[in-house]
Amino acid sequence: MTTFNLLVAGCLFYVATLFAVAFMAERLVAQGKARWLRAPIVYTLSLSIYCTAWTFYGAVGFAARSGLEFVTIYLGPSLVMIGWWLLLRKLVRIGHQQRITSIADLISARFGKSNLLGGVVTVLAVIAATPYIALQLQSVALSFTAVSGAAETEPDPAIAIWVAGGLAVFTILFGTRRVNVNERHEGIVTAIAVEAVVKLMALLAVGIFAVFVVAGGPVETFRLIEASEIAVWEFQPGRWQALVFLSAAAFLCLPRMFHVMVVENADERHLATASWAFPLYLLAMSLFVVPIAVIGLDRLPEGSNPDLFVLTLPLAENAQAIAMLSFLGGFSSATSMVIVAAIALATMISNHLVAPIWLRSGAAEEGDLRRAVLTARRAAIVGVLALGYLYYNLSGGGAALASIGLVSFAGSAQVLPALLAGIFWRGATRAGAATGLCLGFAVWAWCLFLPSLPVGEVIPAHVMRNGPFGLGWLRPQALFGVEGSDPLLHGLFWSLFANTLGVVGVSLGTIATPMERLQGAAMVNVDTVGAGPVSWRPGQADSEDLLVMTQRILGHYKAQALFRSAALRQGKTGYLPDADQIFLDRLERELSGAVGAATAHAMLTQITGGGAVSVEELMRVADETQQIMEYSAQLETKSQELSRTAARLSEANEKLTRLSVQKDAFLSQISHELRTPMTSIRAFSELLRDGGEGMAQEDRERFAGIIYDEAIRLTRLLDDLLDLGVLESGQISLRLDHVRLGTLLERALAMSDQAARLKIYRPGREDLMLETDGDRLVQVFINLITNAAKYCDADVPRLTISAKIAEGMAEIDFVDNGSGVAAEAREMIFEKFARATDTRAAGGAGLGLAICREIMLRLGGTIRYLPGQGGAAFRLTVPLSPGWLEDVTAAGRA
Amino acid sequence: MSDSKRVLLIEDEPNITEAIRFVLTREGWHVQTHAEGRDAVETVRERKPDLVILDVMLPNRSGLDILADLKADADLRTIPVMMLTARGSSPERETALRIGADCFMTKPFSNREMLDTVRSLMAGSP
Repeated sequence: MTTFNLLVAGCLFYVATLFAVAFMAERLVAQGKARWLRAPIVYTLSLSIYCTAWTFYGAVGFAARSGLEFVTIYLGPSLVMIGWWLLLRKLVRIGHQQRITSIADLISARFGKSNLLGGVVTVLAVIAATPYIALQLQSVALSFTAVSGAAETEPDPAIAIWVAGGLAVFTILFGTRRVNVNERHEGIVTAIAVEAVVKLMALLAVGIFAVFVVAGGPVETFRLIEASEIAVWEFQPGRWQALVFLSAAAFLCLPRMFHVMVVENADERHLATASWAFPLYLLAMSLFVVPIAVIGLDRLPEGSNPDLFVLTLPLAENAQAIAMLSFLGGFSSATSMVIVAAIALATMISNHLVAPIWLRSGAAEEGDLRRAVLTARRAAIVGVLALGYLYYNLSGGGAALASIGLVSFAGSAQVLPALLAGIFWRGATRAGAATGLCLGFAVWAWCLFLPSLPVGEVIPAHVMRNGPFGLGWLRPQALFGVEGSDPLLHGLFWSLFANTLGVVGVSLGTIATPMERLQGAAMVNVDTVGAGPVSWRPGQADSEDLLVMTQRILGHYKAQALFRSAALRQGKTGYLPDADQIFLDRLERELSGAVGAATAHAMLTQITGGGAVSVEELMRVADETQQIMEYSAQLETKSQELSRTAARLSEANEKLTRLSVQKDAFLSQISHELRTPMTSIRAFSELLRDGGEGMAQEDRERFAGIIYDEAIRLTRLLDDLLDLGVLESGQISLRLDHVRLGTLLERALAMSDQAARLKIYRPGREDLMLETDGDRLVQVFINLITNAAKYCDADVPRLTISAKIAEGMAEIDFVDNGSGVAAEAREMIFEKFARATDTRAAGGAGLGLAICREIMLRLGGTIRYLPGQGGAAFRLTVPLSPGWLEDVTAAGRA
Repeated sequence: MSDSKRVLLIEDEPNITEAIRFVLTREGWHVQTHAEGRDAVETVRERKPDLVILDVMLPNRSGLDILADLKADADLRTIPVMMLTARGSSPERETALRIGADCFMTKPFSNREMLDTVRSLMAGSP
């Protein structure tokens, strides 16, 4: 008999070996030399945590009690691996693309990063896993007791405590050394692969020992099987199918399975190997279950616990080495399951329960999130194991191992509807998932979990019999009066029925948020959309990218200072700190100040996560961009207004300058025009005053005449200036009247003293009745006649004045036979002081045509130069008298 | 008076020409006239007067341009030039003096003032 101490030493040695394996593996990975550690076979072996102590020991017990039913436990996962291979690949792809850290994370991410859902799944998983962990503790305690000699007696609870504590330490050491974004633990995975080999070897060894040594060969064994109850075991299709389904569902949904299958997966191609290798492993594990059960039932004393046949058979046959190997196999099964389950659950607890609360509490402002997460995980590991121990203690180890396992499976399976709906149905919503999960969870707890506890401990016996408050239809094992069925099937059916109904029904009745829709699309279409798993780059490369980006936003100096100080704080030199959470948080805050919180977050996500930016983030980025655009639009409007104002000001300024120049020119011109006659007047009056006596009478008269002429000229100039001033200011008062054109022409010719120089021809209609100010129009006529008289350079100056009706106006042309106005001067002649020649003979000041233009404007007519008439030609248009025009038109028609 | 000083008056206003001619003739000057800007320089070269009285505002060519031509010509630059203007602006005066006008008179001026100026100009010249 192995002594207790030897056994403890063996266990410690084994654990120490595992410790070394895990440590070495981590070292190798850190040095980048451990490519083989990520080989598909290691991945496949790590999946073997599915085979826990329950499978290792319990399968034989299951077979002894229920015949071939135990096969369902292996069949479910095998079917999933082979038949649902595409589903697994989809899960793995989603896991890689979305950086999923646990099944709770997957559900939460799928339904719009819902903390609520993550929390619900976490709580559910912890509760469902607790009996299972208890089961492992129990099996280790039982096997310990059995091997140490006190077989079939109650195990010492102290053993379970030691085991739980030891596992907690081991898990904390390797599971929470650091917080990885991708939550991969190469050391532990390697240790688990080793344990997978140990437990397979152990079970095969016991099987071979039983068949070839104990039973005496395969033939004898088959004879025993034929004779046993297993041979006459009755196939129950309902229960069979349910169990296959249950184990398949559990295989997908158990947190620890999800962890090794999806989270620890380094390459989705490993699934291809696992899809055939893992079923083979399960086949090997189940190969000797029936023989061991049958031989155990045959050889061991009546009433022996079949759950321990794997251990007690070699013990009974005094095969110490085989027994020890068997014990280690069971120990391996239990520890590997507990370690991975604890890590998976701790990750979920810290990410979905602790972190949200911690972040909301505001402690995140000054605290260290990484430290908080690590502490939370360690506490969670201790908590999970403590819960398991508590359940083990509570249940007293009384229930059969297999049934506890199945209850736990059923609890985990509650995630399945939400999971499948999430990755296959874009219409699934957060409300639907939450409803289904809660319903399924509640029914499972009521019908399966609580009753699994010893009767009377949680649910009083009378409630089990009569339902709560005497409501018979709520009896835990006969909901809605469905009695007589297997309690497991009953609970499984009702819980999953309510669950699925909740997911589908509520999803159909609710509308997904944009975030959910995006995540839904990303996951449902992961095979078509995603180009494959996003490779994870080590922190250094990220830091470089971050530095480049930060420099663009904050500038070189500030960015480098920020990065250097972060590197210093991490105890590194240079500019590239590890892109850990503290640093990223700080960087995000700094960037937020420059580009806005949402944009900063999206940028960091894009660089560090390599993942897609969510719709919500995009919306926030868009909001920020819109605000910036609005602001710059305002600025643009303002600057446009300013430049318009500036343009108007500069226009006004130009105009003023032009006016000022014009005014100066005008004043200068007036000065000239006034000074010129003044000069003559002054000179001659001075002569007359000073030299009057000695001067010839003839000269004296001539000088006086000149003075007189110049005074007249001066007066006329002043008159013109005043006239023009009045006309231009618009202060002129017109006396409109109906006047005959001929009359006005007669008056004008009579008043033009120089008209005598000209031969006047008047071939046009002079009966035209004008509506005009006669005096003013005559002024214009005089001007034109005088101009012709002054400037016509023909030998026999002639002026033709002709009038006609054109376009409802009187059109009066003044054409002389001179050389006309030079083409370049024509534009100028209507301007003030714009004499075509500077000949003063005419005695005008150059204001005549300017005045004419102003008068014609006031009279509602026009004056313009007519080119091509052989001489100087001006055309006036003057409004006709309306009444007269009508009469004439009527007469013309008649 | 064959030895009398000759003055060329370039002025387009006939009455002003008449007044200046009368005043200078009475003082013993031989007055010749030219009434426009065109050919003014040629007339100066042809007549070689002892003094040129030049109006700024002339038909066809500005008096200032004529002055510039006169002062640029080696033969003619020594002839003193008196500018006349009816415009009161001082920039014109400065321009004229810079180009080389020997004196500048603003219309209207007194006969005595003009005579004094002409005398002082003649006293300074050979």
